[in-house]
Amino acid sequence: MAFFLETLLGGLMAGMLYSLVALGFVLIFKASGVFNFAQGAMVLFGALSMARFSEWIPLWTGVDSLWLANVLAFVMAAVVMFMVAWAVEYLVLRHLVNQEGATLLMATLGIAYFLEGLGQALFGSSIYKIDIGMPKDPVFILENLFPGGVLVNKEDLYAALIAAAMVTLLSLFFQKTATGRALRAVADDHQAAQSIGIPLNRIWMIVWCVAGVVALVAGMIWGSKLGVQFSLATVALRALPVVILGGLTSVPGAIIGGLIIGVGEKLSEVYLGGFVGGGIEIWFAYVLALGFLLIRPQGLFGEKIIDRV
Amino acid sequence: MSKKIGDVILDVHNISLRFGGVKALTDISFDVREHEVRAIIGPNGAGKSSMLNCINGVYTPQEGSITFRGQSFDHMNSRQVAEMGIARTFQNLALFKGMSVIDNIMSGRNLKIKSNLLMQALRWGPAQREEEEHREKVEHIIDFLEIQAFRKTPVGQLPYGLQKRVDLGRALAMEPQVLLLDEPMAGMNMEEKQDMCRFILDVNDEFGTTVVLIEHDMGVVMDISDRVVVLDYGKKIGDGSPEEVRNNEEVISAYLGTSH
Repeated sequence: MAFFLETLLGGLMAGMLYSLVALGFVLIFKASGVFNFAQGAMVLFGALSMARFSEWIPLWTGVDSLWLANVLAFVMAAVVMFMVAWAVEYLVLRHLVNQEGATLLMATLGIAYFLEGLGQALFGSSIYKIDIGMPKDPVFILENLFPGGVLVNKEDLYAALIAAAMVTLLSLFFQKTATGRALRAVADDHQAAQSIGIPLNRIWMIVWCVAGVVALVAGMIWGSKLGVQFSLATVALRALPVVILGGLTSVPGAIIGGLIIGVGEKLSEVYLGGFVGGGIEIWFAYVLALGFLLIRPQGLFGEKIIDRV
Repeated sequence: MSKKIGDVILDVHNISLRFGGVKALTDISFDVREHEVRAIIGPNGAGKSSMLNCINGVYTPQEGSITFRGQSFDHMNSRQVAEMGIARTFQNLALFKGMSVIDNIMSGRNLKIKSNLLMQALRWGPAQREEEEHREKVEHIIDFLEIQAFRKTPVGQLPYGLQKRVDLGRALAMEPQVLLLDEPMAGMNMEEKQDMCRFILDVNDEFGTTVVLIEHDMGVVMDISDRVVVLDYGKKIGDGSPEEVRNNEEVISAYLGTSH
């Protein structure tokens, strides 16, 4: 039982991170109908700028507090992500309004490669580390319930908490503020939103900025766990099955989809791995997503696709 | 009726609109006076919705001009038109389906909101107070449209007639000078139609809002309009008081298909 709980908790914590990246996809898709293939590149770009700024800032300013340097680096990286969001919206997407979905997808694919290249040109292409003071040691909980307790990785726990806080903040922003309301309005109906005076371009800009910050946070957490390297861009693509599972148009779907995939990966690895060989973790999410595409293509919470004939 | 009809507020002058080779509107002129209820009627395909979409900035006519309060708009999009004080409702409901009735109508206050993103996010005092003021106005509209019971319901779940009211409510929340209604009575039963007529007249009376409305059901329109424009095949075939229009030979033949 304790072992099962351990696996489950590990899965939930990993899932929280998937949710965070999936949220980036969902935000942009809902507001502008663009499936943003560059989300992964944005994670890498965010992580790279965070890693390098936290290295450079002590050199430039002589700040020797790790905490302060990290905060400053985060702010700088956020500014960089805002600039990326602005450039993408202003230079690319604004000119492709009302184009086919495939055109927009190709455009974001282009943006993805461009960002990967630009990131390495600006920040270098070695492996960097992000040290945000995450504790690496495990802790044991519920020791009086189970013999030996349940082992929890502190680093995972902190990462999950940060991701959860981020998701909560975003939901509050969407539900409780006037701008959040305008964002939801645009997501539901572009034309109606324009007719009541909501400026689409401004809303799209805000959404890309938010997605940029989400990517930065995800990149920061993953970077601190795995190191900042090129493969971070592909790790983000593991959030793809999450959006298929949860539905491309649903924020709660992204969160729950992420948790399901996280837990599913860990449980299947542990309990099925013995029968079908290891490495389930790598393909489990995709197979689950494939199953969903066959049975429920709109995902768990997505809008049902109804075509009028 | 004792209401005062003012000067011309919206002037449509020689508008022509083409989609490729199809002439949707040909040389249409009419004006709308302040505080009146002005109807645009015509059989299906007469160009009524195209006309409304020109006034709303969705389409840009190839010829002619539209002047609102002396300001002409040639290349405006619907957002800029909204900023000038023209609100609209939609024929095929374009509500924000996932949002509650309150949020839908609140979103109509968008242009009136002064506080910026940061102030809202931090729930800064003034931003909160502003939100409450807007909420009060919205409550007033909800009372007015008699939809108090559905405040928190996602509009997608409401019956059609009520969704039409929410659509009207969202437009009213903009406190527009001119309200464009695209077939507000379409698909309604008699009772719902009567309710909607009452709301339109009340809006016109209480807030003094100028109403431009499109209908193809002649009966309802005649009762509530001050003046009526009749379109057929993209051309204007009649313009005047309901009485005049009703007796206009061309209008009768367009609607009944009688031959001369």
